[in-house]
Amino acid sequence: MTKLIGQRVIASLLSLLGLMILVFFLSRLTGDPAVLFLPIDATEEMKSQFRTLHGLDLPLFEQFGRYVWDLAHLDFGESLRKARPAIDIVLEAYAWTLPLAGITMGLVVVAAVILGSLAAFNVGGFFDRLVSIVSLIGASAPDFWIAIVAIVLFSINLGWLPTSGVGTPWHWILPVSVLFIRPFGLIVQVVRGSMLSALSAAYVKTARAKGVKNLPLIFVHTLRNAMLPVITVIGDQAAALLNGAVIVETIFGFPGIGKLMIDSILQRDFNVVLAAIMVTAIAIFIMNVLIDLAYGLLDPRIRH
Amino acid sequence: MNNALLEVRNLSVDFHTARGTVHAVKNVSWSVNRGETLAILGESGSGKSVSASAVMNILDMPPAHIVSGEIFYDGQDLLKVSYETHRALNGKKIAMIFQDPLSHLNPVYTVGWQIVEMMTAHGRPADMARARALELIKRVGIPDPEAALHKYPHQFSGGQRQRLMIAMALMLKPDILIADEPTTALDVTIQADVLALLKELQAETGMGLVLITHDLGVVAEIADRVVVMSKGEIVEAGTPRDVYHNAQHPYTRQLIGAAPGKGEIKLLDSAEPVLLETKKLCKTYGEFTALKDVSLVLHRGQCLAVVGESGSGKSTLARSILRLEKADSGEALWKGKDLLAMNARDLLGMRREIQMVFQDPTQSLNPRMSVYQLISEGWDIHKLMPDKAARQTRVAELLAQVGLAPEHAARYPHQFSGGQRQRIAIARALALEPELIICDEAVSALDVSIQAQVIALLDDLRKRLGISFLFIAHDLGVVRDFADTVIVMKAGEIVERGPTRQIFEAPQHAYTQRLLAANLDPDPEIQAQRRLAGATP
Repeated sequence: MTKLIGQRVIASLLSLLGLMILVFFLSRLTGDPAVLFLPIDATEEMKSQFRTLHGLDLPLFEQFGRYVWDLAHLDFGESLRKARPAIDIVLEAYAWTLPLAGITMGLVVVAAVILGSLAAFNVGGFFDRLVSIVSLIGASAPDFWIAIVAIVLFSINLGWLPTSGVGTPWHWILPVSVLFIRPFGLIVQVVRGSMLSALSAAYVKTARAKGVKNLPLIFVHTLRNAMLPVITVIGDQAAALLNGAVIVETIFGFPGIGKLMIDSILQRDFNVVLAAIMVTAIAIFIMNVLIDLAYGLLDPRIRH
Repeated sequence: MNNALLEVRNLSVDFHTARGTVHAVKNVSWSVNRGETLAILGESGSGKSVSASAVMNILDMPPAHIVSGEIFYDGQDLLKVSYETHRALNGKKIAMIFQDPLSHLNPVYTVGWQIVEMMTAHGRPADMARARALELIKRVGIPDPEAALHKYPHQFSGGQRQRLMIAMALMLKPDILIADEPTTALDVTIQADVLALLKELQAETGMGLVLITHDLGVVAEIADRVVVMSKGEIVEAGTPRDVYHNAQHPYTRQLIGAAPGKGEIKLLDSAEPVLLETKKLCKTYGEFTALKDVSLVLHRGQCLAVVGESGSGKSTLARSILRLEKADSGEALWKGKDLLAMNARDLLGMRREIQMVFQDPTQSLNPRMSVYQLISEGWDIHKLMPDKAARQTRVAELLAQVGLAPEHAARYPHQFSGGQRQRIAIARALALEPELIICDEAVSALDVSIQAQVIALLDDLRKRLGISFLFIAHDLGVVRDFADTVIVMKAGEIVERGPTRQIFEAPQHAYTQRLLAANLDPDPEIQAQRRLAGATP
């Protein structure tokens, strides 16, 4: 197991390294940073000053060395717009995105696993059909549309919830609910499918012949076996949330990483963009290791 | 039979499928008493497991639908009681074990947890359950019971898993144990041990045992009474001796006639030239020795059987000869040329001359290819028979040769039964006019009557076309009927070799003797004599 996790960590570290190199060269392939960063009417003198300041006149190899050195210290330079270290701004935004992603995924997993399992157990019944229809709608509804409709309905017409911003727990209800819908729809379907095949497994027959009651039969005997493919999809969906729910965060004015990235790109604040990309990559890397650990915990055959 | 412990009366079950309604069992009645063993004998599709599944309420409904009948246990009709009442009986009063213990044990929980659950699911305290589990794990002969509790199913051997299943089933001292093909997936020596264990435990507890099997030998060894099922109906019932010696129904007679190991033993004709010879073949996988100094000689037109239990290296031997696996050292001479040193061109020629038939035709035939494509594919590879009309004629001939009809050429594998599919696999092998066919457990997955037909077909091909066979099998009865010479393998080594008659009538090596003793004879008289002889050595 330790060996397996070790291998996965090394593989993930390699892809992280690949990403670092890619980001470095891409940011230099899109043109002269001096031209990109400075206003259009900047003089030639200002540009050369900028290049010297940021080491852009050095040989490419040396630039790369500096870049790696800075990364190792999590030093992404200053934000061009806010004149503060880029990494601080990114971490502040992450402090909002992490709980948003965590709460949403927690609710999604609990709801999807319970409803999907029960639907599979009642396959073809009324409850199963209801869950299938609801999840299909959820998985296919565009979230920007739901976000706007929810604001119109709950904030403007009914006046129950704030339209945007953060501050009170009430502010979290709409973003969490809107983000909940799509991963829920998807994961319910995966849980249901996976449970259906697991319920027809031979060991379920054994459990029934033993006189095991229905609830432990579903949630103890079958679910743990059915979770492996589900974990993979949960990982994908959680990664999407960690990347920042760009549209939902923007609509609800939620100060998370998604909104920060969009704002920084629009403002050409490249140091912040770079920091955001690297921090997100590290977050996803950590999550993948956790997913691998979950596999091992769930299935002893992977452990041994 | 008024106060039988468990009684099934006039049970009829239908399966509603997309193709229409199948009458899985029709008017089936049987009963079992305390301390008695009832065998339900039948081939695949005979409905032999259906009534037992109905007793346990584990039929999948739908597609199954109980049309009529009663199942009496302890004065109540199990088909009428509530779900909860039935659940409370399962495991506690009536327990069941299954054919393949690996898939029937939950892979993600420890064996100990699963065994203990048998009692906790019925409201007994966990510490009491744990003590009982330890006692039973010890009783069924698992070494180090304490450690076994914390292991997972995949960490045990097949025989040990079945013992653990038995331990689990006996946790609450049930009145009745239903065993659905409990030894089918096991090697013969393990099968003998497991059957002996079941008998001992039955003597200790006085439980009634219902044993579902396709194997006449198992019936002869263990049953007090037997019912024979065919196409969903009971066609014969009685004691094993009566049924074996005075079968009334034509189906029973056919089944008994098809039982292998009863024909004349062939005499070896060694005047023919040597076709295949291996010298000191070795193969290891890491620490595991699959083949160690395996040397054999096969003459033209001869059938050489390789017998041994799982893990003895018999399949590795076949794969090494065909170069599907690379042997570590040694030689394999095909008509005097070393197969292991052949270049790609000679190897292609060799592949035409040596064909292979695998155990499971469902897996070895590509489901998306028609029978015509499957049979003619070899001609494309070896650039033979370019003429399309000639090919069609030849495919029709081959199909006729293996007992199928020419119009079957356009069909796909799933449209055939298991026995028919194996015939297709044989026709495919014959298409290239091979000199040697390697059969790797080629008849093991087939029902006895189909098995007898396929063996007869192979024997006919050998006589008419002079094809040689390397016949890998674990079923000694089949080997006795078909082979000229036999090689016995154990842990990668040949422990004994000789003409079939010598191996079966005067085995020298202790392992061969053990294999033969464990091989169950379909005749209950012979089994009874053997038990007596075994009891007074």
